[in-house]
Amino acid sequence: MLTLIGRRLAAAIPSVIGVVVVTFVLTRALPGDPAAYFAGPNADAKAIAEIRTALGLDRSLPEQFVRYVGDLLRGDLGQSLSTGRPVLVELASRLPASLELTLLGLVISLAIALPLGILAATRPNSWVDHLCRVIVTLGVSMPTFFTGLVLVYVFYFLLGWSPAPLGRLDAFFSSPPDRTGLYLVDSLLAGDAETFVAAAGQLVLPAATLAIFTLAPLARMTRASMLAVLSADFIRTARASGLSGGTVVFAYAFRNAMLPVVTTLGMVFSFLLGANVLVEKVFAWPGIGSYAIEALIAADYAPIQGFVLTMALLYVVLNLSIDLLYGIIDPRLEPAA
Amino acid sequence: MSELLRVENLSVAFRTRGGIVRALETVSFSIARGETVALVGESGSGKSVTAYAAMGILDPAGQVTGGRIVFDGIDLTEASEREIEDLRGREMSMIFQNPRAALNPIRRIGTQIADVLLRHGNIRRADAPAEAVRLLAQVGIPDPARRSRAYPFELSGGMCQRVMIAIALACAPSLLIADEPTTGLDVTTQAVAMDLVRDLARERQMATLLITHDLALASEYCDRVVVMHAGHVVESGPVAELLAAPRHPYTARLLAATPRPGIALGDLAAIPGELPDLRRAAAGVCRFAGRCDRRRDDCAGSLPPIPPGPLHDAACWNPL
Repeated sequence: MLTLIGRRLAAAIPSVIGVVVVTFVLTRALPGDPAAYFAGPNADAKAIAEIRTALGLDRSLPEQFVRYVGDLLRGDLGQSLSTGRPVLVELASRLPASLELTLLGLVISLAIALPLGILAATRPNSWVDHLCRVIVTLGVSMPTFFTGLVLVYVFYFLLGWSPAPLGRLDAFFSSPPDRTGLYLVDSLLAGDAETFVAAAGQLVLPAATLAIFTLAPLARMTRASMLAVLSADFIRTARASGLSGGTVVFAYAFRNAMLPVVTTLGMVFSFLLGANVLVEKVFAWPGIGSYAIEALIAADYAPIQGFVLTMALLYVVLNLSIDLLYGIIDPRLEPAA
Repeated sequence: MSELLRVENLSVAFRTRGGIVRALETVSFSIARGETVALVGESGSGKSVTAYAAMGILDPAGQVTGGRIVFDGIDLTEASEREIEDLRGREMSMIFQNPRAALNPIRRIGTQIADVLLRHGNIRRADAPAEAVRLLAQVGIPDPARRSRAYPFELSGGMCQRVMIAIALACAPSLLIADEPTTGLDVTTQAVAMDLVRDLARERQMATLLITHDLALASEYCDRVVVMHAGHVVESGPVAELLAAPRHPYTARLLAATPRPGIALGDLAAIPGELPDLRRAAAGVCRFAGRCDRRRDDCAGSLPPIPPGPLHDAACWNPL
């Protein structure tokens, strides 16, 4: 198991190097001059040139690259020009916010999608099946920012059930002592029930928005995969052996149907983590998606590079975990890995 | 010998996009306790549908539209799903073709056997693994304790069929339905699997319904043969009598198409035509008439089906 993990991580090194090179080149190829941007509209050519020298942007590209890689190896992701803070610090505070939101969104989504998909597959053409189809179509056809706004309108503005959509924690609360960066976990660890409830209250609407969006691929894949497995020969054997409906559906069909669902889950997760910028914007969520977009608009190189690199590393870890999960679900994959 | 299974005028129809397919029409036959009966016919003749209907595991699109299936005095067409579920795997069980696909690919074979044992509740949870090993040993699997922890993909096709047999016989049923159990196995493995089924059946006084298109296999292992064509039983009778003097033209054709010792392959005659379209077949009329060279004008009239029973009988207006 450990050698497998080690081998897979080693195999990921070339792609990480590739990501470093490509993001470096791409950010340099972006239109816009960061020196001019930060000098401000009233700066003259001399001031811009000074800033350019100070940022090291007057050197040749290879030279800039060598310095960048050298910094990376020392664990220095550079400084954001717009906020003036080290990128590593900002990512470390913003990544947990995105992770917490995405994870909770997926947990909610799975809690609905799996039962819905299973019920739809075991009762084709029943009302559950039709309900599944309607929910899936609605969920996928509504953009996340729209769902988010509707939820805010209904649950905050009209009903007043949820707190104002202003970030991770209401201003009256101080954030829990930082252990994992996930407020729910940290507040539990600190035994602070009040903060936990407050953080959960802030999380519910954005997480529900993400859940509604990801419900579609997960429920649809669960249904399709269950339908395929339920018509397999070994399900017929299980039924011919008199095994009860529950055993057939869960112990025999569902576990076999899990693999494509896990694959979809991995794809949805990695997609959400970086791409839920709109949800982060609607709920003023201090996540990494909005951080990256702001940096991109300002042609702020260091945060963009840091963001892409972080995402690449997350992908590596995510794919590895999914492969390990495959091995646990399906014994046939073990020797091949 | 007392009767164990009696299928009486069984009709099954499937709803399909192309219309209603009357897959079985007034099918009747019976099996006595301990008896081995072959259900013979070409692909699509309704052999497997008959078996699935008897087991109550028909596809949801298929429906029993008439007739009775009486197993050990219980009318299965009247029984509740729960009652039939209790019988399946305990009193009547089934083995399938392509044994590797018929086993759950990601569950240890010992666990799959234990699932059946525990379902029918005649064993404590702690004893199930040991009983599974004992059953594996009984079907001749070497090193059963180690193999019980194996997954189907780690076993050969022949081994998988033995595991299937172990699952089917786990609760000592009184009827085993073997649906083309040798398909997908090589010839020597086929014989071993069939010998195993026969020996275990004799040992336990278990009745066997062998579904096959292989007349030679049927003649070797069975007491009686029921011949099906296009959802009808066309002939049934004791194996020696039926094979020596078939009375239905279809059986005769089937025999002429079966390789036997002393017959050159060149002399084998294909059966002309193909199975009729069951969506359009008129009810109660001989479905072989279109392919038959002994057809007479009165063949278009409705045909009395063969009653269940051990006698040699053919559903034909102009038998041989």
